[in-house]
Amino acid sequence: MAQRIDVKDLNIFYRDFKAVADIEMAVEPRSVTAFIGPSGCGKSTFLRTLNRMHEVIPGAHVQGSVTMDGVDLYGNDIDPVAVRRQVGMVFQRPNPFPTMSIAENVLAGVRLNNKRISKGDAQDMVEQSLQGANLWNEVKDRLDRPGSGLSGGQQQRLCIARAIAVKPQVLLMDEPCSALDPISTLAIEDLIAELKAQYTIVIVTHNMQQAARVSDRTAFFNLAGTGQPGRLIEIDDTATIFSSPREQATEDYISGRFG
Amino acid sequence: MSTTKSPPARSSTAGSGPEPTSARRLKGQRRAADRGASRVFRWFTTGAGALILVLLAAVAIFLVVKAWPALTTPYDELAEQVGLLRNSSSLLDYVGPLIFGTILAAALALVMAVPVAIGIALFISHYAPRRLANGLGYVIDLLAAVPSVVYGLWGALVLSPLVQPVWAWLNANLGWFPLFSGTVSPTARVLLTVAIVLAVMILPIITAVSREVFLQTPRLHEEAALALGATRWEMIRTAVLPFGRSGVISAAMLGLGRALGETMAVLMILSPGFLYSFRILEAGQQQSIAANIAAQFPEANPMGVSTLIATGLALFVITLVVNMAARAIVARRKDFSGAN
Repeated sequence: MAQRIDVKDLNIFYRDFKAVADIEMAVEPRSVTAFIGPSGCGKSTFLRTLNRMHEVIPGAHVQGSVTMDGVDLYGNDIDPVAVRRQVGMVFQRPNPFPTMSIAENVLAGVRLNNKRISKGDAQDMVEQSLQGANLWNEVKDRLDRPGSGLSGGQQQRLCIARAIAVKPQVLLMDEPCSALDPISTLAIEDLIAELKAQYTIVIVTHNMQQAARVSDRTAFFNLAGTGQPGRLIEIDDTATIFSSPREQATEDYISGRFG
Repeated sequence: MSTTKSPPARSSTAGSGPEPTSARRLKGQRRAADRGASRVFRWFTTGAGALILVLLAAVAIFLVVKAWPALTTPYDELAEQVGLLRNSSSLLDYVGPLIFGTILAAALALVMAVPVAIGIALFISHYAPRRLANGLGYVIDLLAAVPSVVYGLWGALVLSPLVQPVWAWLNANLGWFPLFSGTVSPTARVLLTVAIVLAVMILPIITAVSREVFLQTPRLHEEAALALGATRWEMIRTAVLPFGRSGVISAAMLGLGRALGETMAVLMILSPGFLYSFRILEAGQQQSIAANIAAQFPEANPMGVSTLIATGLALFVITLVVNMAARAIVARRKDFSGAN
């Protein structure tokens, strides 16, 4: 289920503006990779190139290659829609579909991928996905109620359930806890630890303690100044990054000297 | 409202004895919220809100008062005075076919206009390149500025001859379908032609409102759908359309209101009749309330005018009922509207 991602010589542009330059990294399967760095350094932009979501913005394009299990995600014959079915995403703010019930939200992606599933299968899938997102016990009595009636943390777990219901290879999380309180954050972090047994997880976070808690590997991004492209400064085991980073900039950032 | 008569904040706090400065300042602040421009604005908005109710009540009262003689006079007496009623057995018998014709024409127009309007609105909001979208939006808005008498002329002189062969074909080949049965009119001055013109007339308002609603779809929800692997159409189906549903219904009701009350276009195109007839390709079958009033008004005596106004009252009631029904539809799934 989980797959490895290799990124080579990746440059990301918004029209002529180079937003991110020269990314080289490997994301290991069944692990959590965290991206940290100051605002505007391109970590979210880079995350969104891993499932081609950045293309939603007009004028955005990339040079270089992102390969998942040997397949170039930017190959000529690759449909971005197919990529996104393999690489799920959880956003900064919880975004369950307000017009759908909790159960329909979980099934939203499944219904896109194959239209016809039996009622029994659908129920199983809802239960399985909600169990997987540690939300089942809280919502099992109100599956037909709107998802927007849940608390922020529950909504975010609903979004995770929705993402894993389609059984992706990779799960991208763009600051999934930044809009949540500490208790909900803890619940999500526990969930991430469980999910990495099955999925390759990439998480962008502004919270360095969170990166230290949940990730196996950490990548530090930085930019030289405004108008300059963001760059990957270094990527290493999380323990190494937080104890003895190779680069001075990383050291300065994690010790709170800037950013 | 109680604060509006209180004296200015400062003098009242000055007279209230020794108080801690902070408390005095707080009291001053609370009154400041209802002073000057803020108070003027509150009165203005309240007044505007009340005005619409007053206008509506005035129209309703006008209709009831003017229709009263026709409604209360015994029917035999009324029929003697009013030539319009010579073929009817009661007032209800007279207004019934008119209500039927009005609703049929408006419903047909709505059925044609809503899908097209949603299509145009989606194209402008989600498919077209920005420059084209702006231009197209402008053209659609221009459609709304064309006077209805021009639509009437266009329908009668241009559209009718154009669609007549189509209507003849429909009648010949799909004549088993009740709507297309009967004798096809050689001039095509029939209800289906009217419905097309009405559809064109209500297209701009439905399109404009739908477009605005679709543009309001939160980016978050669109991205949620895309990130699940939705194509653009699937994204529209899962995120945009459900979100815009109540807005589109409101837009359709605005359009329906206009179609129900449209006078000139119907008057100039339709060959009228007073039957409960679904034959929309045959001449002399239906008539709408508004067009009937306009057609009969110049030659009506006082009691005739009162009768016509009674039919107008019926139109007023229909419009109210339709709007309330639409509200009910929108409210039924309020929890899922995305407004919470």
